[in-house]
Amino acid sequence: MTEEHVLHMEDTAPGDEPLAEGDVAGGIRAYLVGLGLALLLTAISFWLAGTSLVWRPAIPVALIVFAIGQMGVHLVYFLHITTAPDNTNNILALAFGVLIVFLIIGGSIWIMDHLNANMGETPPMQMSSPP
Amino acid sequence: MASVDMPAHGARTVGDPYHIGHGVRQGTEISHGEGTLTSKRIVVGYGFWIFLLSDIIMFSAFFAAYAVLARQTAGGPTGAEVFDLKNVAIETVCLLLSSFTCGLASVAVEARRALWYYAAMLATFLLGAAFLFLEVREFADLIARGAGPDRSAFLSAFFTLVGCHGLHVTAGLLWLLTMMAQIFAKGFRPDILRRFLCFSLFWHALDIIWVALFTVVYLMGAGSSGAIL
Repeated sequence: MTEEHVLHMEDTAPGDEPLAEGDVAGGIRAYLVGLGLALLLTAISFWLAGTSLVWRPAIPVALIVFAIGQMGVHLVYFLHITTAPDNTNNILALAFGVLIVFLIIGGSIWIMDHLNANMGETPPMQMSSPP
Repeated sequence: MASVDMPAHGARTVGDPYHIGHGVRQGTEISHGEGTLTSKRIVVGYGFWIFLLSDIIMFSAFFAAYAVLARQTAGGPTGAEVFDLKNVAIETVCLLLSSFTCGLASVAVEARRALWYYAAMLATFLLGAAFLFLEVREFADLIARGAGPDRSAFLSAFFTLVGCHGLHVTAGLLWLLTMMAQIFAKGFRPDILRRFLCFSLFWHALDIIWVALFTVVYLMGAGSSGAIL
């Protein structure tokens, strides 16, 4: 088996850009594209938070969508996580991490909301009647 | 099978013998348990990637605590009353630009240009330090106004979450200086390059966490949409 075949079967470390060898201009261009997209998404998010042009109940959902989009931009352009076969291990680990993150955050909010609903609005200094 | 036993790949050491995620590869080397082709750079990078994901999972616990406690202000100030979105916007731009200059440092390392590397790393440090300065100033201002972490559950969760990110940035800044010194003293050696790979992953991951942070804490807490959480 040739060296070329061997290289094709290798994994890529997260953060490594396998195709950009010696291509300095291309590397810088990729980071510039990432920076531009991230700045754009950030600007939209800050604009959304302060605007009254958008239907207000839609703003939180839109903010979350733009945040997830920006995280995707960072992962692709800064951390060089791709869907290529050499990145399978990185993607699998990331997917597992995302699963745990959603379980922790979603589960906590879900459970605590139900607890709050079942408890009702309790005045902070409510005294229990003496026996 | 010849590839596995080939001694030509001196740089590649033993690791990842099962080649998870490589359906095309014949599985015969499992029985050999030797001479597979994974380089140390990939093993180190992957291991650090696992650490970063664990770190993000730790942050998710703080995010969950914040989401649950964000309305428990105990009669104290709400997020909309204490957050200064202009300050947060400047912090965000600082951290984003520092992530970009860290990427430029990665390109400089790839090209083995020491001077570019020092310049990009210095810019990263200054931007990171500016971010940290703004955050510390915000914290000091809040505490001086009686809105410290002891005021309410909301502020406790806020200071824990944002402060934990700030501590990570502080550690990252120290690591950044170390990486500048190591390249200066030892040059572009393979082990130093692996450390730099881990540092750049760490720094970019901090920016990803900040994206979640400014969205959930600041924008949702202080924007025109009111306190959503």
